[in-house]
Amino acid sequence: MIMTFETVLFYFLAAASIASAVMVITRRSPVMSVLFLIVNFFSLAGLYLTLHAQFIAVIQIIVYAGAIMVLFLFVIMLLNLGDEQRLAERISYKKMIAVGLSFAVLMEVLYVVAYSGTEFPTKNLERAVEIGTVEYIGRELFTTFLFPFEITSILLLAAIIGAVVMAKKKID
Amino acid sequence: MIELESYLLLSAITFVIGVIGVLTRRNAIIVFMSIELMLNSVNLTLVAFSAFLGDPTGQMLVFFVMTVAAAEAAVGLAIIIALFRNKQTLNIDEINILKW
Repeated sequence: MIMTFETVLFYFLAAASIASAVMVITRRSPVMSVLFLIVNFFSLAGLYLTLHAQFIAVIQIIVYAGAIMVLFLFVIMLLNLGDEQRLAERISYKKMIAVGLSFAVLMEVLYVVAYSGTEFPTKNLERAVEIGTVEYIGRELFTTFLFPFEITSILLLAAIIGAVVMAKKKID
Repeated sequence: MIELESYLLLSAITFVIGVIGVLTRRNAIIVFMSIELMLNSVNLTLVAFSAFLGDPTGQMLVFFVMTVAAAEAAVGLAIIIALFRNKQTLNIDEINILKW
């Protein structure tokens, strides 16, 4: 089998995203976890590009890696977690059961995807490229999905008020 | 060309890593990051189906999921700050004031 550029790119990005995801949940320091989560988000953005979803890839980097992760880092720096390092992460039987159950879920999904004989659609390249562009998504967003788009503003307003009220020093 | 199955398997693996993170870690911020990991793996599934079915709805849903994730991050981190101010810890085993 000849490895095309697309295949090599996919496996590289997939390996990067899995490796960084494992690093996120195994690092002791939260700052390292955040940095590996950013690596994970960048590799996911690359995977979106292999799926011709340019707009989502850009939004992934700007919103997730740019805004949300900076918020995480900011909170971690703010909380001064130096003495939290001794927060012991012991391996107990409960955790082993949790990991075992998670792998059971993975096996179920693997069975459904790979062995149940489900017919999956094949990609229509021109259509995939067409729907990924900013132009197409913008038109859809302001016609078909206009109502959910407007509702989003209420959600964001609620989040702003909620965050301010939560983080206030005293609740009168 | 990469098949749809590859993307689905990748996102399943990432999701399970996120689940393991939520279940085993005790630092509240890392639990929170594992939730972001799970949200992103679902986003990958949505974008993959959207590209393979030629239907933009999946990418629209990803757009809204990102909005919700941003709101969730802001409120969740505010809760973490409030918790840390009151309990001086982020260990979720010690934060059990809702437990009877």
